[in-house]
Amino acid sequence: MPVALAGCNDALSVVAPAGPAAQTIATLWWVMLAGSGLICVLVAGLLWAAFRPRGATDEARQERLWIHGLGLAFPLSILAALLAYGLWVGERLLPRAGADVVRVSAAGERWSWSFGYADADGRVTEGVLHIPAGRPVDVAVTTRDVIHSFWVPRLAGKLDAIPGHVNVLRLEADRPGVYAGLSAEYSGVGYAGHRFEVHAHDAAAWDAFLRGERP
Amino acid sequence: MNTLARHRRLTRIWASDPGWRGWFTTVNHTDLGRMFLCTAFFHFAVGGVLAMLIRAQLATANSAFVGAETYSQLFTMHGTIMMFLFAIPAFEGLAVYLLPKLLGTRDLAFPRLTAYGYWCYAFGGSMMLVSLLFGIAPNSGWFMYPPLSSVIYSPGINTDFWLIGITFVEISAIAAAVEFTVSILRYRAPGMSLDKMPIFAWYALVTSLMILTGFPPLILGSILLELERAFGMPFFQVALGGDALLWQHLFWLFGHPEVYIIFLPAAGIVSTVLPVMARTTLLGYGWVVAAAVALAFLSFGLWVHHMFTTGIPHMGLAFFSAASTLVAVPTAVQIFAWIGTLWKGRPELRLPMLHILGFFATFVMGGLTGVMVAVVPFDWQAHDTAFVTAHLHYVLFGGFVFPVLAGIYYWLPHFSGRRRFFKLGEVAFGLIFVGFHGTFLAMHWVGLMGQRRRIETYDAETGWSAINLVSTISGFVMAIGLVLVLIDVVLHAAIAIRTSRNPWRAGTLEWAMLLPAPAYNFASLPRVGDRDPLSTDPDLALRLARGEGYLGSPAQDRRETLTVDIASGRPDYMVIFPPNTALPVVMAAVTGLFFLSLLVKVYWITPLALAGVAALACLWVWQLGTRADAGPQEAGHGLSLPLAGETDRSPGWWGSVFLLTANATLYGSLLFGYAFLWTVAPGWPPPAWLPASLAELALGTGGAAVAATGLRVAIRGNRGGRPLPGLLLAAAGTLALLGALVAFLWRVPAPAGHAYDATLTVMGGYALFHAALLALMVGLLAMRVRAGHTSPARRAEFGIVRLWADYAALVAVASLVLAHLPGLLA
Repeated sequence: MPVALAGCNDALSVVAPAGPAAQTIATLWWVMLAGSGLICVLVAGLLWAAFRPRGATDEARQERLWIHGLGLAFPLSILAALLAYGLWVGERLLPRAGADVVRVSAAGERWSWSFGYADADGRVTEGVLHIPAGRPVDVAVTTRDVIHSFWVPRLAGKLDAIPGHVNVLRLEADRPGVYAGLSAEYSGVGYAGHRFEVHAHDAAAWDAFLRGERP
Repeated sequence: MNTLARHRRLTRIWASDPGWRGWFTTVNHTDLGRMFLCTAFFHFAVGGVLAMLIRAQLATANSAFVGAETYSQLFTMHGTIMMFLFAIPAFEGLAVYLLPKLLGTRDLAFPRLTAYGYWCYAFGGSMMLVSLLFGIAPNSGWFMYPPLSSVIYSPGINTDFWLIGITFVEISAIAAAVEFTVSILRYRAPGMSLDKMPIFAWYALVTSLMILTGFPPLILGSILLELERAFGMPFFQVALGGDALLWQHLFWLFGHPEVYIIFLPAAGIVSTVLPVMARTTLLGYGWVVAAAVALAFLSFGLWVHHMFTTGIPHMGLAFFSAASTLVAVPTAVQIFAWIGTLWKGRPELRLPMLHILGFFATFVMGGLTGVMVAVVPFDWQAHDTAFVTAHLHYVLFGGFVFPVLAGIYYWLPHFSGRRRFFKLGEVAFGLIFVGFHGTFLAMHWVGLMGQRRRIETYDAETGWSAINLVSTISGFVMAIGLVLVLIDVVLHAAIAIRTSRNPWRAGTLEWAMLLPAPAYNFASLPRVGDRDPLSTDPDLALRLARGEGYLGSPAQDRRETLTVDIASGRPDYMVIFPPNTALPVVMAAVTGLFFLSLLVKVYWITPLALAGVAALACLWVWQLGTRADAGPQEAGHGLSLPLAGETDRSPGWWGSVFLLTANATLYGSLLFGYAFLWTVAPGWPPPAWLPASLAELALGTGGAAVAATGLRVAIRGNRGGRPLPGLLLAAAGTLALLGALVAFLWRVPAPAGHAYDATLTVMGGYALFHAALLALMVGLLAMRVRAGHTSPARRAEFGIVRLWADYAALVAVASLVLAHLPGLLA
């Protein structure tokens, strides 16, 4: 079933989340889409009504309505709410310390990825990142050459791999499975094929992986 | 003198040279505006063809239409051409053409500079297109992130074309911005106070000030990256103390204001055209101006929203996220002011109005997706996907192309003097509108399904094929629509019938003249009492043609106009414009030679070209002014004005102020880079700080003080007719300054070793350049004094050189002190 998912249309879809981070962001998207839709309808309605005949009103009142009301108060209140929501979401997605956090590392290179594991010293995998399902994972992202970006759309947002810097991304998979990953920063002619996979394991398989067995 | 005789006389004085020569020697803003617009739309067509190739490649899965390498050139050049060779120049062209006419004057402040800017744009643009023809075009994406664009990963000449060609083109943006700022502030009709300015002029003013402060970070970034590529100065190489993120900061410090630099002129068009289409005046003029200014300020505080995924701490992101969402407020003020204007009036669905409705539909959606990507967590998902591509096209096509098309159709009778006859425009609008939304609406969705921007191929099982095919077909529909616009315009210009003087019954001054516009604009300059002078006095055009305004009877065969006090619009000087000359095109060619020598790395030509530019600049200045005091001049209606050269604050002084503003922003960006590397780059502190040298500091600071004082002594001395002792003092100070800077640069270790040494070299080199420039200016001024070009009355030049002396002194002292500070502290 998870393997089948990787071949399906939603393999790279932001709106088919498979982890808490991606889920939170997907919800944010649907909320914003609904709000934007309403605003579009409002503007379209106002424009349509402008072409209807109507009586004259005085300019000072119109200025209050259009500029103070619709121009200032309306966006300010909506944006304040959205900003607060966005910050709350952002805070929830931060990599915070915790007892069950798994730490791994990802190094991008044209055009491959290699992954290291804090819990399995010296263990390096190429092209496949192994993680336990249901536990928060902190990925330390860096690069060996140009800028890349580490992105597993169904699990979390993306984070850049920048020379000389290490950025930490928090992700988590709800269930065991295979999740497609991409580099999302243009890196030259091999960019389109700059992919990797994330294999999320149940607890037993993860322990086996850490012991050095092939999962 | 009757109306016809006046027309003939003024035409003889103001017209460009006849025949093909006129193209190269014209300094007339009407001609140059048309040339600018035609060249910009030529580049739009080229960029459009590239877009069609991109869409053809993406039409189907696993496409093998072009390879990855060609594709990288296509998308890089599409973005580059549309941004730098179409959008900005189209604004420049429209403003060059319109501003003097809207403001009720005869030309822009510095006509030769208009021409120089145009030719730099034309030559720089050709350079970029040549690279495309030979298949060696830039290929790292239009924002050129190092290290991908650095010499290790992009060893070819491709990236150099971008860095050098675009910098060359930016000369035209800076030149135009300086010119627009001075023109809008000083070159207006008598009585046109700031609050009576046409709204487009406000937008152009804000845009110009943004260009002056927004473009220098990019120019600096390009210089640094080219220095790294050509001479190994490692500003962006992490192993040697540089940081790739520095480029992103410099680029987006430019790149985000750039978006508003493109949008604001378009908003100016909407604010001008929409009220005319609704037969009313703009609702909330003051609020709209305030919104434009607020937008300008805010736009400099949100560049980091292009860098939300680079690992910047969350509190930092929160600030930029707040700024990014806040920018929607002044945008909303304008949108609702426009809709309110429609409610206030009786809107008519004529062709420009259709394009404005297209603008509303498209831009509002682009704005809303803009708010979405300003919310950090969502951007983490959407960043670098087709969602962002779709968003930016909604903003730029919706926020720029639709308004510009509205503007083109609105001012078409003005350009050509003809009335639109064929109704191709309506069909074209329908195709463009449907085609645009068909191309980009679903692209948001495919982005959320994981399609990244800049990939040249994708697998069929991704499920993206249908959306991409619809996108491509719609893209071609849009292209057909745009071609129809072109055909419509060409047919119109060739065979349509003549129009009446004010076909839209507008209230602004550009319609108070013959159509097509005569070379001199207004036979006499109006006195303006309100924002819509032509509505107040529908016969204004005739009265001006009869010479009933100011400057209706030129005393000699000279190009006369007048300037006004900034706030009140009270006339203060008379200005005599230079005649037609090939100097600008020659100087642009030699400037091009300078850039070309850097591009092909034939460095022995570089100093020769630089000397050529300096010599031509001296000639440029030498042609100005007179050798005799002229005294107050008659301007008509009993008004008598001094010539600009016989004042303390001439247009050249104002131009220098704004050029120095841009220059100071460049220097400020350099200091930002120094501080950024120091605090953020992993390879700092450097192996060794430069040891402090008190002698160098003392010589430099002393020289700077003496140079700046020398100019003040010269100005005081000139009142008694003896400016030379002061100039001599200034020259001595400048020489000391040059000595200190050369000694400093001599001591800096090889700049290829560490970004610290490279930064010191650039800081010292920048100061040295300005000290050398000051030496040239002081020398030239002394020669002009000797030749009788100045007098106690003809004093304007001293003030200009004083400005440059103060600036050179300031940057030299700042560079020396900041470079010595670590050594002094250690």
